[in-house]
Amino acid sequence: MSAEVPAVERPALVPAHHHGPSAFGDDLQRFVNLTLTLAMTDFKLRYFGSALGYLWSLVRPLLFFGVLYVMFTKILHAGKGIPHYAVYLLTAIMLWTFFAEATTSSVQCLLAREGLLRKIRFPRLAIPLAVSLTALFTLSTNFLAVLIFALASGISPQLTWLELPVLVLLLLILALGTGMLLSALYVRFRDIQPIWEVIAQILFYGSPIIYVAAQYKGLVRVAMCNPLAAIFTQMRHAFVDPSAHSAAVYIGGSVRLLIPLGIIAIVFALGLWFFNREAPRIAERL
Amino acid sequence: MRSGAPADSSAVSVVNVSKAFKLPHQQYHTLKERALHPFRSSTYDVLQAVNDVSVEIAPGEFFGIVGRNGSGKSTLLKCLAGIYHTDEGQLRVRGRLSPFIELGVGFNPDLTARDNVAINAIMLGLTRRQARERFDDIIAFAELEEFLDLRLKNYSSGMTVRLAFSIAIQVDAEILLIDEVLAVGDATFQQKCFDEFHRLKGEGRTILFVTHSMGDVQRFCDRAMLLDKGRVVDIGDPASIARRYNEINFGHILPGADAPSAQSSRLSGERAADITDAWFEDGDGRRIAAVAQDVACCACMEVHCNEALEDPIFGVALRNDAGYTAFATTTAVEHGPTGRFAAGASTIVRMRFENWLTAGRYSLTASVARNGRGDDTFDLREDVASLIVHGDLSEQGVARLPHGFELERR
Repeated sequence: MSAEVPAVERPALVPAHHHGPSAFGDDLQRFVNLTLTLAMTDFKLRYFGSALGYLWSLVRPLLFFGVLYVMFTKILHAGKGIPHYAVYLLTAIMLWTFFAEATTSSVQCLLAREGLLRKIRFPRLAIPLAVSLTALFTLSTNFLAVLIFALASGISPQLTWLELPVLVLLLLILALGTGMLLSALYVRFRDIQPIWEVIAQILFYGSPIIYVAAQYKGLVRVAMCNPLAAIFTQMRHAFVDPSAHSAAVYIGGSVRLLIPLGIIAIVFALGLWFFNREAPRIAERL
Repeated sequence: MRSGAPADSSAVSVVNVSKAFKLPHQQYHTLKERALHPFRSSTYDVLQAVNDVSVEIAPGEFFGIVGRNGSGKSTLLKCLAGIYHTDEGQLRVRGRLSPFIELGVGFNPDLTARDNVAINAIMLGLTRRQARERFDDIIAFAELEEFLDLRLKNYSSGMTVRLAFSIAIQVDAEILLIDEVLAVGDATFQQKCFDEFHRLKGEGRTILFVTHSMGDVQRFCDRAMLLDKGRVVDIGDPASIARRYNEINFGHILPGADAPSAQSSRLSGERAADITDAWFEDGDGRRIAAVAQDVACCACMEVHCNEALEDPIFGVALRNDAGYTAFATTTAVEHGPTGRFAAGASTIVRMRFENWLTAGRYSLTASVARNGRGDDTFDLREDVASLIVHGDLSEQGVARLPHGFELERR
């Protein structure tokens, strides 16, 4: 009670740059806590806000899948001769939905959290990171549907299924890098939103989602430099159809896989560098 | 210890800190624009929000930062909090700093109070475990036990703020930054907040407090700093800072009832009416600085009308040293319509009162407002004159009601 007994010990004077606004903040535990809290809150709000919330999140990619499936197998006969085309289509769509959701919600995520950024000390990176995590949570729940569908279609579990988490991790790193880049860019340039929508469309049709890598024909080696193409193709080999070629075969040797992997690493490093550079002034520029 | 504490013992050390904002003429830049006009340099204004501010704040100090809107006080606080990046100068902080500037940041209206407490506590820097452990304390302090599972959108604003405040004070920080959050909840809860600040101060925590209210500054702060246009005007004891604040805001100030009244340096015509003078006087019309208890006296103001006014409302409030309003009244309550005042006319308004105040120092706040609900204030001068009431110091409270005791034995 008495003023003579200070209840708090006296730590050293800390220079300001230790507590200035930054991407990570100065406390790793707090950073992790915040990221998880943001992601879980978002996830909870989106899917448990209404009784049918989760169902809706599942219905969207399933409907999309249904439309594409009917169109490409029954009308265009695109899936002809591709074993387990339906399973591949569904799995690829789920993975794509994850990537698309993580990146497009990243664009405006800093603006959406303006209150936090302007009012409390907040490690900036927690925000785009949480966006990707929320998308990852959705992917893991959606994957249950994929799994049931795959088993029902007569695909038997393989040891190579263990590659899936690695592929998802690569996709996550790519999504994170893109998300960091987009969110920091949006603070400066407000037309990033429509620009990214167009790029996402190109990526959707440019990657083997409604078709498979073999249909690239002569261009396959170039097309496989697209990290999404490499990830989806490897997914087909590991998860859907072991007799399909792996990404390494399509690109022409394991060494060449370093190109899509390198692109993932570069996008991530670029995103991190740019976000970190912009972090101190995000609050005032919003 | 109070002033000029050496830097190595300070809790917060601010040395020559400056912060400017670029205000671009074109609000949103787009990539398209950039591509079309790659060499056009974007034009912007520079707003020097904080300009070369230096201050040392001792551990355990309750330090007030005051200034008008746009004087840079919130920007300075945000620089300290690590929300803004400073352009120049050094900011050093000893110990953990509470990261809250505003209450209830990150509250989500669609979640229950229970969830929001957990989330907000983590945002403010508690760990999950701490948030769980302190949950009961938070709810108890906010007095919201019955509304735990109500969604926040169904809370009244007062309840929301109570909840937010209760979380904020649970944060372990040696240095608290408080930006005008005192005006929360009802009177009872406000008192609770004030008590809480005193307790935190008693624990040796340093508190930086940004406010507009000179009453709060004088009531709580050990020392205060006055900012104007980003620069430090003065650092000193709260009473003198409050005086300087009024000088800056209102152009002139009466040093006290004993001194001759200062003439208004204000250009007339700026507002509909100016309070040009205010003082206390005794029954014979002499200006007084002190009065004995039970001797009737008057609180007076001179008002100059710059425009013709219809039934303006004159208000008077007396505040004691602790900052509590002992008495407040207006002509709308006591007098009724005041009539028509011609442009250029000066009027002296006297509020005569039986002096039932307890011994102590009282300051006069005078106001003149448009007829109506009294919200449209033409002029308001806080603490423009003071009056010392002599008498029996052993009495408590703010008023000495005429009273007598009766004992009835049975």
